[in-house]
Amino acid sequence: MQPSSSLQIPAEDVKISVRNLNFYYDETKALDDMNIDIPNNQVTAFIGPSGCGKSTFLRCLNRMNETIRGTRIEGTILLDGIDMYAQEVDVVDVRRRVGMVFQKSNPFPKSIFENMAYGLRINGLKNKRQIAETVEQSLIDAALWEEVKDRLFESAMGLSGGQQQRLCIARALAIKPEVILMDEPASALDPIATQKIEDLIQKLKKNYTIVIVTHNMQQAARVSDITAFFYLGKLIEVNETGIIFTRPRLQQTEDYITGRFG
Amino acid sequence: MKKTVLFEKLGFFSLGLAGLLVLSVLIWIIGDIFVHGASVISWEFLTQSPREGMTQGGILPAIIGTFLVSLITIILAVPLGMFSAIYLNEYAHQGPLVRFIRLSIRNLSGVPSIVYGLFGVALFVRFFHLGASILSAGMTLGLLTLPWTITASEEALKTVPKSFRDGALALGATKWQAIRTNVLPYAIPGMLTGAILGLARAAGETAPILFTGAAFFVPFLPKSLFDQFMALPYHLYILATQHQDIARVRPIAYGTGLVLIALIIGLNGIAVFIRYQYRKKARMAS
Repeated sequence: MQPSSSLQIPAEDVKISVRNLNFYYDETKALDDMNIDIPNNQVTAFIGPSGCGKSTFLRCLNRMNETIRGTRIEGTILLDGIDMYAQEVDVVDVRRRVGMVFQKSNPFPKSIFENMAYGLRINGLKNKRQIAETVEQSLIDAALWEEVKDRLFESAMGLSGGQQQRLCIARALAIKPEVILMDEPASALDPIATQKIEDLIQKLKKNYTIVIVTHNMQQAARVSDITAFFYLGKLIEVNETGIIFTRPRLQQTEDYITGRFG
Repeated sequence: MKKTVLFEKLGFFSLGLAGLLVLSVLIWIIGDIFVHGASVISWEFLTQSPREGMTQGGILPAIIGTFLVSLITIILAVPLGMFSAIYLNEYAHQGPLVRFIRLSIRNLSGVPSIVYGLFGVALFVRFFHLGASILSAGMTLGLLTLPWTITASEEALKTVPKSFRDGALALGATKWQAIRTNVLPYAIPGMLTGAILGLARAAGETAPILFTGAAFFVPFLPKSLFDQFMALPYHLYILATQHQDIARVRPIAYGTGLVLIALIIGLNGIAVFIRYQYRKKARMAS
């Protein structure tokens, strides 16, 4: 048995299934033979040292790597059993279903409301009342509503770093994705703002499948149900978070989580 | 005093002198034109046609001619420049072909303007049978401006952070939606600035319009884009070198020069203003 498939998830609970995935930047192989199942309505954390491929892998899951020139992918990624890289699948549709929050919060230089409404508008929603309702509900879901309800039409750039990141999460929620990918969402935030993001992740997993990249191991231990350890472009070990952090099967994993390298 | 300190002071002094020299040349040119030309500027000068063999009257046809030609220049160069830049920067596969296109654009900006003039005659006047006209001259100037508008538009697109594009794409925008709604709005001021600077240069050109439509003297204002026209730079050239009584029309020549320079400084001023507004907005955004 391959070490990366030591975890068995019942087929009906699998949201995303990755098989034999290789990824290249030009001729450099960045990801080597990845195999993982990501379960529905749970938080899956990717950990590993910088440059191990966890962010690259995350960006494969909503085809964002296609925006980078000279990249190439092999293998399959099934979303609800359908290959998201298949020719007849629309990349726009994939990204609607698999939302993303970036490492550096990237609110657009528009008002808070316009940031929230952006995804709805480009997806063709015109009804003003519906837009306003969705904006409000998404901000409530992202635990940001109370802080911004009186300044919706002020620039999003005036928010604090933590608020900006929660706005980006709220913006992703507004278009009702099924999966949310988060690329080190709290790496630039102070402990209190980080705490708020982590609470939010816990709350969101009721309705969404969440995949989070972090190089903060305490964070992975706190928020995730499943943890995957990456090293040098390989998926070394995947298991329930409790097991990974208490009795990992492989020496390499144990060395990393106990801080012996990385 | 130590030798190095003296050397440094000398260095700064010569740098400052060089800067001052450049500034004084500009002030001298503008000052000279202003001193000699200001006396002929009047309402009549700006609103009447030349009379009595161009020794009397105003320069209205030349002002209108330059205005109309500039309009054609903008209509051709701005959209074409923007679209080329969007293609090159956003869509094109960055391979040998795009490198070759970029190299060509750079070379185009170095082609002497008289060569554009000859090309304009061959293409617009002869091949497209547009004749010597406002249209031919405007399009010739449009081609001349194109390298500037493309380059400026590309630079403007490059200043829009990738996170704006990625953010939109991750929310399910198509590539064009992302560009249209989340890239262009932030690039357009920069694009316009480049276009206006290019236009300011084109408006002052004589060589490209020499064969493509500018006339020595037209007794009436242009009625259509297929008419020949008078233009400020060409009028100035005529008055300064081709007139039968150069000494007598010299003040009018200076007055024409002053109007032309005012026009170009005005255009540059608009460009600076747009850029200033844009920077202010960009600072707020970061």
